[in-house]
Amino acid sequence: MVPLSYYLVLSGILFACGVTGFLIKRNIITIFMSIELMLNGVNLSFVAFAAHWHVLAGQIFVFFVMVVAAAEAAVGLAIIIAVYRTRETLNVDQVNLLKL
Amino acid sequence: MTQNPYLWLIPTLPLAGAAINGFLGRRSSKTAVTTIALAFPGLAFVLALWIAFGFSSSAAPYVFDLAHWIRSGDFSVDFAFYLDQLSLVMLLVVTGVGFLIHVYSVGYMSEDPSFYRFFTYLNLFMFFMLTLILANNYLLMFIGWEGVGLASYLLIGFWFQKDSAASAGKKAFIVNRIGDFGFLIGLFLIIQHFGSLNFTEVFSKVEPLQAETSGAGLLTAIGILLMVGACGKSAQIPLYVWLPDAMEGPTPVSALIHAATMVTAGVYMVARSHVIFERAPIALTVVAIIGTLTALFAATIGITQTDIKKVLAYSTVSQLGYMFMACGVGAFSAGIFHLMTHAFFKGLLFLGAGSVIHAVGGEQDMRKMGGLKTYIPTTFATMLIATAAIAGIPPLAGFWSKDEILWKAFESNPVYWVIGAITAFITSFYMFRLLFMTFWGDYKGIQVDDHGHAHATHGEHGHGEPHESPMVMLVPLMVLGLLSLVGGLVGIHNGFEHFLEPVFGGEFPKAITEGHSNTEWLLMGISVLFSLAGLFVAYILYVSKPYLPQKIAASLGAFYEAVLNKYYVDEIYAKLFVKPLVDGSTAILWQGVDRKVIDDTVNNAADGAKHVSDEVRHMQSGNLRSYAGWIAAGAAVVIAYMVYLGVAR
Repeated sequence: MVPLSYYLVLSGILFACGVTGFLIKRNIITIFMSIELMLNGVNLSFVAFAAHWHVLAGQIFVFFVMVVAAAEAAVGLAIIIAVYRTRETLNVDQVNLLKL
Repeated sequence: MTQNPYLWLIPTLPLAGAAINGFLGRRSSKTAVTTIALAFPGLAFVLALWIAFGFSSSAAPYVFDLAHWIRSGDFSVDFAFYLDQLSLVMLLVVTGVGFLIHVYSVGYMSEDPSFYRFFTYLNLFMFFMLTLILANNYLLMFIGWEGVGLASYLLIGFWFQKDSAASAGKKAFIVNRIGDFGFLIGLFLIIQHFGSLNFTEVFSKVEPLQAETSGAGLLTAIGILLMVGACGKSAQIPLYVWLPDAMEGPTPVSALIHAATMVTAGVYMVARSHVIFERAPIALTVVAIIGTLTALFAATIGITQTDIKKVLAYSTVSQLGYMFMACGVGAFSAGIFHLMTHAFFKGLLFLGAGSVIHAVGGEQDMRKMGGLKTYIPTTFATMLIATAAIAGIPPLAGFWSKDEILWKAFESNPVYWVIGAITAFITSFYMFRLLFMTFWGDYKGIQVDDHGHAHATHGEHGHGEPHESPMVMLVPLMVLGLLSLVGGLVGIHNGFEHFLEPVFGGEFPKAITEGHSNTEWLLMGISVLFSLAGLFVAYILYVSKPYLPQKIAASLGAFYEAVLNKYYVDEIYAKLFVKPLVDGSTAILWQGVDRKVIDDTVNNAADGAKHVSDEVRHMQSGNLRSYAGWIAAGAAVVIAYMVYLGVAR
């Protein structure tokens, strides 16, 4: 059986990849995908703990996270399309009309 | 004795008059303003008369409780009025003389554009003065006390366009504040030790106490502090300096406030607190000494003044000194008696002076008058009565009261009597000097009307010769003249003293029962002689040999100069108190405390906040990824800390 720590390390790596991508990338789509990566990193640790402790709550929580992520993806992609149509760019540094 | 249920109306009526005229007077006709201004104090006077007829000398005092004011534990203060023989006398004097002066003012102020404002203030003054008199506790009295101060300030500065009038008003107010400070501390002491400000309660707690003969104690402290207050209000040394300047106000104001009523409030307060003073011999001695010195000091200044109102002002200060001398030797009823007669003849003198000023078109310098007795015979006749009354010539009002005071002073300490008698001589001299300079000789004024602008109310008079005042001004003069003639007769056989006996008690029974001994007759004779001597000297110097005064003045040299300049008291005060205060305030309080400490604290705090914000705002860049970076870094720190905690355990 694979020990719990393996799952947690993988989950940490996935989350760190997501954070790094979120911080350094300028393309909105990439940033969006980084967020998904972070969510899934967390999901992985949830299911790992659920399996390890034989508690269903963790698995149920993952379903909720996936539902929220799906809703977020729908809204987020719609915004991205709207932004691209008006600004013709996907670079977040140029989407700065509300900045002082 | 049934209580009169309308007592509370007496102060309230003038207040209503002031309110109506104050709010509506600007838009009302002059007739309407006059009607209201006269009707309300007039009604108060009628009411006072009615109450007086139902209040005999044996009547018990009573309290009329109008409303609760302060209720705090055991301590309580009410809006309550107290009527006894003492407040009744004051009530009649204030409403009676006050009403006459209101009538006179209608004539005197008729040309003034601020007619309604004048009567608003005058009615307001009546309200506060009556509150002061009728109060049944020190706090309500203090309200009246401050209120008359306010009315006095407003009326001295009535012609505020004139710089001198405005600053005279301020001076009066500030000097009075110094006295009020002492009064207030006295009240604090009374609250602390007797737990009440109610006259009846305080005095019933003081009465069982022993007189502080062996040394100064609580009662002495209270007495002296109250006297400080009285010094301010009643213009005694060292706080008398405001009263002569107060003559900048309209003449009826000088008559009402600065001669007949307000300035006697201090005497009334001391007499009201006689229970405290009788048990504090040192305080009483202080009162007597201050009174005696003021009487003499102010009288000497009065000799040299040439402004007709200034002479009367110093005369008022001097006469108030007499009243305090009487209180100081324990003869409170004599002091109140003189207060009453003084209200008659000094009110009359001021009104007469106003009539003279009116006649000559605003001139106040007596050197530019003269010979007026043929031009204004009625004014002259009443002024003559008043002058004889203040000089103490029998059987006029001033004689009885002054004689009473001098006799009581002699019984206490002959030194007081000597100074008092000398002052009586000086009083007689300067008053007849005023009379001779004004009414005898030839008219020295300018015969054309180009002096009208000197006086705001007389700008439109196109008269060439001095002319008599209208009847509305002359009738009050005549009434007061009559009172000055016969007002003293109530003092025969100590009648006045007996009337006030329920208030002041039989503390000094020997003076009442002994009657007129030979010594008293002798003293009376001497003081009458002194008065006549004053008249005689004045006649020689100002009628038969008018060149003499200048010679005498020249031969006296520096001393005359000093008296002419009022002993330089104003200058000394300016050097000693005003200048250090102004300089200190400028250098320390303004430039030091206000600028350096308060302003700089506020400014530096603001500057500091600005600098800090300037630095911190760079964090709020609007760059989404930098925020996310901060969040990630923060989360990393939290996690690291929790891991550290886990490892450490």
